[in-house]
Amino acid sequence: MSRSLERKSTTLLVIGVGNLYRSDDGAGITVVRRLKERGISGIEFTEHRGEGTDLIEVMKGYRSVFLVDAVQSGSSPGEIIRIEAHREPLPAQFSAGSTHSFGVAEAIEMARILGELPQRLIVFGLQGLDFSVGANLSVEIEQAIPVLVEKIYRELKLFKTEGESAL
Amino acid sequence: MTEKKINVDYMSRVEGEGALRIHFKDDQVSEVQLNIFEPPRFFEAFLHGRSYDDVVDITARICGICPVAYQMSATHALEKALGITPPPGIRSLRRLFYCGEWIESHALHVYMLHAPDYLGYESAISMAGNPELLPVVKRALRMKKAGNDLMVVIGGREIHPVSACVGGFYAAPSQKALKALLPELEWGLNAAIDTVQWAATLEYPDFEVDYEFVSLSHPDEYPFNEGSILSSTGLDVPMEEFDQHYVEHQVAHSNALHARRVDSGSTYMVGPQARFNLNFERLSPTVRDLSDEIGLELPVRNPFHSLIIRSLEMVNAFEEAVQLIESYEQPRQSRAEIPQPLQAGEGCHATEAPRGLLFHRYRVDENGLITFARIVPPTSQNQPRIEADLWQYAPGVIQLPLEEATLRCEQLVRCYDPCISCATHFLKLDIVHD
Repeated sequence: MSRSLERKSTTLLVIGVGNLYRSDDGAGITVVRRLKERGISGIEFTEHRGEGTDLIEVMKGYRSVFLVDAVQSGSSPGEIIRIEAHREPLPAQFSAGSTHSFGVAEAIEMARILGELPQRLIVFGLQGLDFSVGANLSVEIEQAIPVLVEKIYRELKLFKTEGESAL
Repeated sequence: MTEKKINVDYMSRVEGEGALRIHFKDDQVSEVQLNIFEPPRFFEAFLHGRSYDDVVDITARICGICPVAYQMSATHALEKALGITPPPGIRSLRRLFYCGEWIESHALHVYMLHAPDYLGYESAISMAGNPELLPVVKRALRMKKAGNDLMVVIGGREIHPVSACVGGFYAAPSQKALKALLPELEWGLNAAIDTVQWAATLEYPDFEVDYEFVSLSHPDEYPFNEGSILSSTGLDVPMEEFDQHYVEHQVAHSNALHARRVDSGSTYMVGPQARFNLNFERLSPTVRDLSDEIGLELPVRNPFHSLIIRSLEMVNAFEEAVQLIESYEQPRQSRAEIPQPLQAGEGCHATEAPRGLLFHRYRVDENGLITFARIVPPTSQNQPRIEADLWQYAPGVIQLPLEEATLRCEQLVRCYDPCISCATHFLKLDIVHD
């Protein structure tokens, strides 16, 4: 219910998407938790399991959203993908493996059609290796996470120091 | 001899991972397999040795779409095993909780998963791209959110809610928090009525099956949490006897069990269509009038009409949610005291999940640890029925271009809103590889 509280349009929301009990699928959530620990004021963080219709609701009302998710594609484990999703649709690897076939990519495309997409939506994908049941990240993913955390942290700092107009 | 095959390697717009294979020889169906390859999840096995009060939260994890159903069947079954009676007010709150889940689940299925089949779209996203259908999609998302919000207020969060426990709820919502939902639920009631009228305008394949329908049935209310097991064949037994009459079997081609009748080995249908046909008189007058107005004839034997029935059930759920909130008083005690020392015991219970009857049975020892667990979800009961439907339906569509025939068969599978994640929760695994 806290979501329905009025938000300042300058607030940036960082969403970590995934399932901590599906091995590397938990990477998005792990990244967001580590970013939160580094403490940047004025930025909201949330965790989400990736159900698309609800994700549209979560993003609603924010001018800027960063979304972090593990992806399954042919690229090498630990590879980082950055997409300006307010400008272009997400590649297919973001839509696989989601409950009821309505996941992150579908939520973003639906929000685009509904005219409810944040003005700035940056999606960070981390190529995973193992999506089986389990609570541990693969070594390759564990190693890539600090790199991704640093990359997002820098963008967040830029947002803080130069304001939204700089992004 | 000509051979044809319909192969869908990865079913879309269903929950979980499954494939569909239909083989034809000379336009006669020679094989139908709904192949559920989502890995088995062993929930019953890892409940062994866990405390009884872990079960409600663990089984909720079986499904992200119907966690309330798992929580409700588990709490009732364990309360029977341990001899616990929930305090006054909890029964109504549980019904209200279930209303939220039905609304959320049915809104998702009717509009986002099933409607694209009838309107000729690949997905709800492409549907929304049509300016005429955009308001319909917006209505769907808003209705679903109304269900989500109800689950958040009662359950703490909409997915895998955390408030339900053996004996009641860890905390009951305040009257104020629930009343705040009324305007949106009243809007939702009207939106659900509009949904029924819209659903009645869609074109449905002409296909009827002589099903055995099975659902809970209660003398005074549309079934959620209580009732006896009623079948359209006349069987009417206490829910404690469910697993004497219906039993699950393993089949080689699927990671989900198949349930059949014990005496005849025949298939049966659970879910909205079964509930509706068996309990029509317990629906609200609004729903019955609407059903008459759109000309639905009982019993509904066309599985494609399940889309209309889900819409009617949404009207019932929104209406009941409004009524329950209007008369709600926060219970003084949100959960029963658990009697100490614990008594060892066995209990079972069935409730009506959005997709149909969900049966749980548990044995608990004197330390409160689980020594036996059985969970029979709706999709494992419907799976052999889905295959039987396809045997009957596929010959009528095989003359169509293959792509069209495939879509028609998928559309039929989606009538059951199969929840593959639920169906693969089971214990044993035996796959035959060629």
